Amino acid sequence: MLEVKDLVVAYGAEPALDGVSLSVPDGALTAVLGANGAGKTTLLRTISGLLRPRSGTAALDGRDLTRLPAEEIVRLGVAHVPQSGGVITELTVEENLRLGGLWRWRRGDLARRIAAVYELFPPLADRRARAAAALSGGERQMLALGRALVAEPRLLLVDEPSLGLAPRVVAQIMAVLRRLCDDTGLTVLLVEQNARSALSVADRALVLSLGSVAVAGEAAALAADDRLRHAYLGF
Amino acid sequence: MVRFVNLTLAGITSGMVFATVALALVLIWRSTRIVNFAQGGMLMVTTFLAWTVVDAGGSYWVALAAALASGLVLGAVIERVVIRPVEDKPPLNAVIVTLGLFVLLQAGAGMVWGDTPHSYPPAFGIRGLSVGGTRLLLSPNDLFVIGAVGAVMIALTVLFVRTDLGLRLRAAAFAPEIARLLGVRVGRMLTLGWALAALVGSLAGVLIAPSVFVGPTQFDAVLVFGFTAAVIGGLDSPVGAVVGGLLLGCALSYVSGYLSSDLVTLGALAALIAVLLVRPNGLFGATTGRRV
Repeated sequence: MLEVKDLVVAYGAEPALDGVSLSVPDGALTAVLGANGAGKTTLLRTISGLLRPRSGTAALDGRDLTRLPAEEIVRLGVAHVPQSGGVITELTVEENLRLGGLWRWRRGDLARRIAAVYELFPPLADRRARAAAALSGGERQMLALGRALVAEPRLLLVDEPSLGLAPRVVAQIMAVLRRLCDDTGLTVLLVEQNARSALSVADRALVLSLGSVAVAGEAAALAADDRLRHAYLGF
Repeated sequence: MVRFVNLTLAGITSGMVFATVALALVLIWRSTRIVNFAQGGMLMVTTFLAWTVVDAGGSYWVALAAALASGLVLGAVIERVVIRPVEDKPPLNAVIVTLGLFVLLQAGAGMVWGDTPHSYPPAFGIRGLSVGGTRLLLSPNDLFVIGAVGAVMIALTVLFVRTDLGLRLRAAAFAPEIARLLGVRVGRMLTLGWALAALVGSLAGVLIAPSVFVGPTQFDAVLVFGFTAAVIGGLDSPVGAVVGGLLLGCALSYVSGYLSSDLVTLGALAALIAVLLVRPNGLFGATTGRRV
């Protein structure tokens, strides 16, 4: 579905991504692992159109995304949940969710999708009229995820959902991602520093190190490889 | 007592106009973090256009419509052409650009319409209404001013809070990058934000024109008071703009009535300092901690 080829992205002179190639297969959960500064966030921001690469392509079903603005890439079915969620705290929970589907659905359809998100994340339903600023970290991550799902994307990009959350909440979020993949055929590209929990749900994984792909393979194989775990994943 | 009531009524009327100018400034500050120093010039130009319509024999209402429509267009064009290139630059660039635009508009208006102020008709009579034999400092035209500003404020509130477009506008203002990821065409929202602000400003121009006359520099004081009102209210809050405008209008009316009309400008300064001493972010301003 998504084919990234020789992607080079630089802030100033220093390349953050130095020739990254990867493919994200349809309907699978692919995890991108790596330490701080490995270029994980840069990769997602480039795919969703927030950053322009110096060279290389990111093609969705053959269509290059790197020349499109972010607001058009969304319309191709790519949803990006940024680091820490990017919930708009000045808006209510419901407004955040509506915003997620506004470009796509008419009123009635939108209400149905939002209801489905409330079913997926019941804590949000109780707080629908509250300002998103009043949510806990875990609830914000649910809201961010739910907001991305309202538009029923084909490809979901998720940036470090585990950041700053309790292990129990992280496990919940990971389980939801897995379930979405299995039940709705959603394709997920998950960026995580928390390799252990990401590998526990991913089909495939690759490790970014200093701006390029160090290792790629089946998630189970990566998790089982002791040397690899020690060298790159730290567990 | 009658004097106090009268001064308050006069204060509310002028306060509503200050509030409108303040609202125009707040709308732009909220969406682009730019203080639009050109606002005075913009509303001066649109009011001149309205005057041209009146001068050519057009009715008050056609002139008002012309001012509002030209405000909408002028705001959109200025955002697209002049402001867009400095939006992601250091704030000082925008300050210089809006100040330059102000000078340009003022000089241009002088060249086109001349420097002599022209009188402008009010919408309704300006003789004070009398209640139980006392004549109040509140004319039918003042009621129209209050009503028109009130209607615009209600319309804007409905637009921002109740409509999908308003949700997009707010999202684009609060978190432009996130809004783009959610499919909001942020560039268009900014253009629309400027257009709406200029529309609001152009209304203020026409409403105040009968008392200040129409000339290239006649609206400078209104802009200063509008700006003061916006800062009192917190610059970030539309409600604050309205409250700030009304407070300032009344304060200035008392100063002018009980002390001396020469002290009005000083009174505005005193009111500004008094509010900012107690609440440095303005009455309704967000704590700076929220702005990341």
